[in-house]
Amino acid sequence: MLKFLIEKEFRQIRRNKFLPRMVIGMPIFALLLFPLVANFSIKNINLTVVDNSHTPYSQRLIHKVAASGYFRLVNVAADYEAALYDVEQDISDIILEIPPRFEENLVNEQSADVLIAANSVNGMKGGLSSMYLSGIVQDFSNEVREEWVQTGTALKAPSMEIVPMYRFNPFLEYKYTMVPAIMMMMLAMITGFLPALNIVNEKEKGTIEQLNVTPVGKFQLIISKLTPYWLIGFIVLTISFIVAWVFYGMVSVGGYATIYLFSAVFVLAFSGFGLVISNYASSIQQAMFMMFFFVITFIFLSGLYTPVSSMPGWTQIISRISPLRYMVEVLRSVFLKGSTFFELKWHFMALCSFALFFNAWAVVSYRKRT
Amino acid sequence: MHQFLAFVKKEFHHILRDRWTMVILLVLPILMLILFGYAISTEVKNTKIAVVDPSKDVVTNAIVEKFKVNEYFTVAAYVGDFQQVEALFNSGDIKMVLVFSENFHENLMHKGGAQIEIITDGSDPNSAKAMQGYASSIIADYQQELFNITKVPYQIKPNVRLLYNPTMKGAYNFVPGVMGMILMLICAMMTSISIAREKETGTMEILLVSPLKPVYIIFSKTIPYFILSLVNLTTILLLSVFVLKVPVAGSLFALITISLVYIFVALSLGLLISSIVSTQQIALLISGMVLMLPIIMLSGMMFPVENMPVILQWFSEIIPTKWYIIAVKKIMIKGLGFAAIYKEMAVLAGMGILLTIVSLKKFKFRLE
Repeated sequence: MLKFLIEKEFRQIRRNKFLPRMVIGMPIFALLLFPLVANFSIKNINLTVVDNSHTPYSQRLIHKVAASGYFRLVNVAADYEAALYDVEQDISDIILEIPPRFEENLVNEQSADVLIAANSVNGMKGGLSSMYLSGIVQDFSNEVREEWVQTGTALKAPSMEIVPMYRFNPFLEYKYTMVPAIMMMMLAMITGFLPALNIVNEKEKGTIEQLNVTPVGKFQLIISKLTPYWLIGFIVLTISFIVAWVFYGMVSVGGYATIYLFSAVFVLAFSGFGLVISNYASSIQQAMFMMFFFVITFIFLSGLYTPVSSMPGWTQIISRISPLRYMVEVLRSVFLKGSTFFELKWHFMALCSFALFFNAWAVVSYRKRT
Repeated sequence: MHQFLAFVKKEFHHILRDRWTMVILLVLPILMLILFGYAISTEVKNTKIAVVDPSKDVVTNAIVEKFKVNEYFTVAAYVGDFQQVEALFNSGDIKMVLVFSENFHENLMHKGGAQIEIITDGSDPNSAKAMQGYASSIIADYQQELFNITKVPYQIKPNVRLLYNPTMKGAYNFVPGVMGMILMLICAMMTSISIAREKETGTMEILLVSPLKPVYIIFSKTIPYFILSLVNLTTILLLSVFVLKVPVAGSLFALITISLVYIFVALSLGLLISSIVSTQQIALLISGMVLMLPIIMLSGMMFPVENMPVILQWFSEIIPTKWYIIAVKKIMIKGLGFAAIYKEMAVLAGMGILLTIVSLKKFKFRLE
C-alpha cells in the first residue's frame, strides 16, 4: 500500500507544472544571482578629504590613501561641515581631515593628528573602513619615520612583525562564505516549504477527506508524504554542487559522501517540520506565513549570515534547537575545511534526534478526523 | 459615507476572523526586530583562539595574558604544533590562532625583531579582517607598553570618530530595513491577496452590484490594511526606541510623513497587483516573487547596493523600499530634517501617484 501512496505523491509533483521547474530552477537561479547581490565585501569606500594643510606631506598621505585600492576619492571638501554634508547625502562614506598645522607639528613636535570620521549607520562597514584608513595612516607614519631613521634624525626601535594569514580562504573572497550558505538556504527552503504546503493543499482542495476514509495509517501517510521531498533534497544538493563547480570552480575539500549523508538526515528533519506546520494550518496562506516566520528565525540563528559565537548567550541557546544551525556548520566544515564524519559525530546525533522528533510530531499531530 | 464605513467594517471582520494570519502579521515585525537587533550581531565577541608558543618566555606570556583579559577573545587552547592547529580549525570552534616564533624574547631584544603569525579562519571574510585588526592592535598596544614608549617619534595619530553609531550596533542598520519590508508586506501583499480572494470566491460581483461606487469599494479594502500598518509602524518604533535603544534622532514628524507617503506607494502597488490577477495563488506568487524578493535583495535592507553589478544597481532605483530606507536612515539615525529628504519624498510621491493612476485605469469595475 505504501508503494501506491508514494507513487501518488510523485505523480502529483510531476503533474504540477510549477514544482519540477522550481526544484531545478531555484537553486541555479539563486546560486548565480545571490553571490552578485549578497556581497558584503568592503571595498570602493567613497572618501571625502578635507586638506587644511596643503603641504607635500598631506598630499603624499592623500595620494597613498587613494592608491590603496580600498578607497575612492570622490570629493575634496573645503571644510569639515562640507564633508559632513557628503556623508549625510550618502555621497561619501568616510572623511579624512588633515589639520592646518599638520606638517609643522610632525616636524617640530614629532607627532601630528588626523581625523577620521566614518559613517557607521552600518556598524560593520563603519568599523572596518575606519580600521583600513587608520592602517594606511599608520603605514604612512612608519614610512615617514623610516625616512628620518635613514637620515639619522630618528631612532629605530625593536618591533614585532605581525604576519596575517587567512586559513581556508586566503584571499578573503566572499564566494567562499556565500556559496555554501546559499546551498543550505535553498535546501532548507525547498524541502521545508513544499511539504508545508502539501497537506494543507489537500485540505483546501478537499481531497484529504478521501485519504482519511481509506484504511491508510497515519504513519504510512507521513512516510509517503516525506519520501518525495527526501529525493528532491538530493536533486537540489546535486544541482548546487554542479553549479558551484562549473561557475565558481569550487569543489568540496572533504568527502561528498559525508555531505550527502548529513543532508539525508537534515532533509528528513526539515521536511518533517514542514509537515507539522501543514498539519496545524487551515489554509495555504496561513501555512506560508507560519513557515516564513520559522524559516526566517532558523536562517538568521543558524550562523548563515553572522557568526553564532558573536550572538548573545540566550540566542545561542535558541539556535541549538534549530536543525539548520548544525547543518550549516557541517556543510562549512566539510566543504571548506575538509572535516571528516568523526569530527562531526555530535552534529550527526543532533540531526538524527531532530529527524526523529519532528517526524514523530508530524505523525502524532495528523488528525484523521476533522 | 455610512455605506463606505460598512464596507470597511466588513473588511475588518475578514481580517479578524483569520486569527493565525493576524497574530503572525502583528508578531512578525516584533520577531524580526528582536532577531535583527540581538542575534544579528556582526561584532566580534568572545572569539575562541588557540596559541602556539614554542618560546614560552616573559613577552609571549604577557601577550597571551593581554588576549585573555580582552573581551573580544577567549584563549581556548594551547597547542604544541601546527598539526594540532589543523584539527582544531576543522572541528570548527577555533577561529584564530596566534603563532609565536621561536626564541621570541631574545630575537626581539637582540636581533631587533620577532614574528607573530595571526592565522584567521577566512570562511567569513569581514569577521576575519575585524578579528585580525583587533589582534594586531592588542599586540601594538603591548609593544608600546613594553618599550615604555610614551612618545613614538614622528607619529601620525588617527583620531577615529564613528559617526551616528559609535558603538557599531547592528540594529541601527536593520531597523529602517525591517520597517520598509514589513510595511510593504502588509500593505501590498495583503491588499492584493484580499482583493484576489473576493474575485476567486465570486463575492466581488456581489460587492460591485451594491450601490457604492466601485472606486470606493476598492478604497474600503485598503483602509484596514492601512490601519494595520500604522499599528505595526508604532510597534516597530516603540520597540526600536525602548528595547533596541535606537533613538529617533531627527524629527518624528518628518519620519511619520515619509512613512505615510511610503504606505501610499505600497497600497497602490497592492492595487496594481490585484487589478491584474484573478486568484489568490497567483497574487501570492506575484507579490512573493516579483515584489518581496527584489525588495529583500535589492533595496539595501540587507545587502549593500553599492557592491552589486551596475545593472542591478540601476534596477534598484525603481524599488520604492530603497528610497524609503535611505530617507528613514537620514531622519532616524543621522538626525536630519525635511530638507535632507526632499528628493526621496518626491520620488516616492511620484511613484505613488503613477501607480494609483495605472491601477485605477486597469481595474475592471464591470463584470465580464
